[in-house]
Amino acid sequence: MARTAILRRLTWTVGKVIARVDETARVRSLTIDVPGWTGHLPGQHLDVRLTAEDGYQAQRSYSIATPGDGSHVTITVERLDDGEASPYLTDVLVVGDQIELRGPIGGYFVWEPGRGGPLLLVAGGSGIAPLMAMLRSRVAAPSDVAVRLLCSWRSAADVIYADELDAIAATAEGVSITHTLTQSAPDGWTGRRGRYDRKALSQLAWPREQEPLTYVCGPTGFVEAVASVLVELGHDPGRILTERFGPTGG
Amino acid sequence: MTDETHFDGNALGGLLDEVFGREMTDALACCATCESVHAIGAMLVYRGAGDVMRCPTCQNVVMVAVTIRDRARIFSAMRWLQPGPG
Repeated sequence: MARTAILRRLTWTVGKVIARVDETARVRSLTIDVPGWTGHLPGQHLDVRLTAEDGYQAQRSYSIATPGDGSHVTITVERLDDGEASPYLTDVLVVGDQIELRGPIGGYFVWEPGRGGPLLLVAGGSGIAPLMAMLRSRVAAPSDVAVRLLCSWRSAADVIYADELDAIAATAEGVSITHTLTQSAPDGWTGRRGRYDRKALSQLAWPREQEPLTYVCGPTGFVEAVASVLVELGHDPGRILTERFGPTGG
Repeated sequence: MTDETHFDGNALGGLLDEVFGREMTDALACCATCESVHAIGAMLVYRGAGDVMRCPTCQNVVMVAVTIRDRARIFSAMRWLQPGPG
């Protein structure tokens, strides 16, 4: 295994978009067929490289939202209106188009059922993408690892994977999913409101005595706040893994 | 640090793989300043014309990574531990 890893080179390759799903008004999931893709672990990401006609290149990293599935990978991209890359990926790229990428990348922020739990996944907005790969992997595997997924969204219209998350919450044994809305909530909203602060996390996270394995992903401020509170609550910092999207997220 | 502008070492996974020829975000490194040990993925990364990696314990710079004429170069002030560059 180690030797295989040493011999492998990370090289740029060209994939083809085979499916596109509008998750929300700003978020698309793109499924890409990548010839020669050798699989990946939940939590890993890939690098995308876009080249303009004048040769200018922009490179971005996107988490893979699905567990390994042959030569297919799905990324979930949020459009940042002043972004260089995301508007092209969300609004221009269509099924049949080619895209240059390399991966899979990442050995730190990864989880697979053998790593155990109980698992606490905390997502800020589109930071749910790598956590969704972990959740999908857990649901698909013959695994009894208990999972709590805590999602934070600005509004109900921003919820990504809404139908699938509802279906998993309703049917998957040992999986609980909580949504909170931080800015506005529609009439009849029965979920939580407000941020995952100390009071919320002391109710919703696994008790520290259960030694949960925690993954937090989202904009930097969100990740820092959640991780700090968990440490304050006595969670082992060594079992809190974080992935930060930077100031804007997505 | 209280600012919200940084990323983390996960964002440099592709660049470090380019340099070392293998996955590095789960490699452990010891900060040359405070000697605390962290996985590369847990280090803080500030992005600009290049990438500056800082120790999450003492905030001192542990690595600078730049790409010059399509070649990635890194300068580090830390001690690689298991499994380190091979």
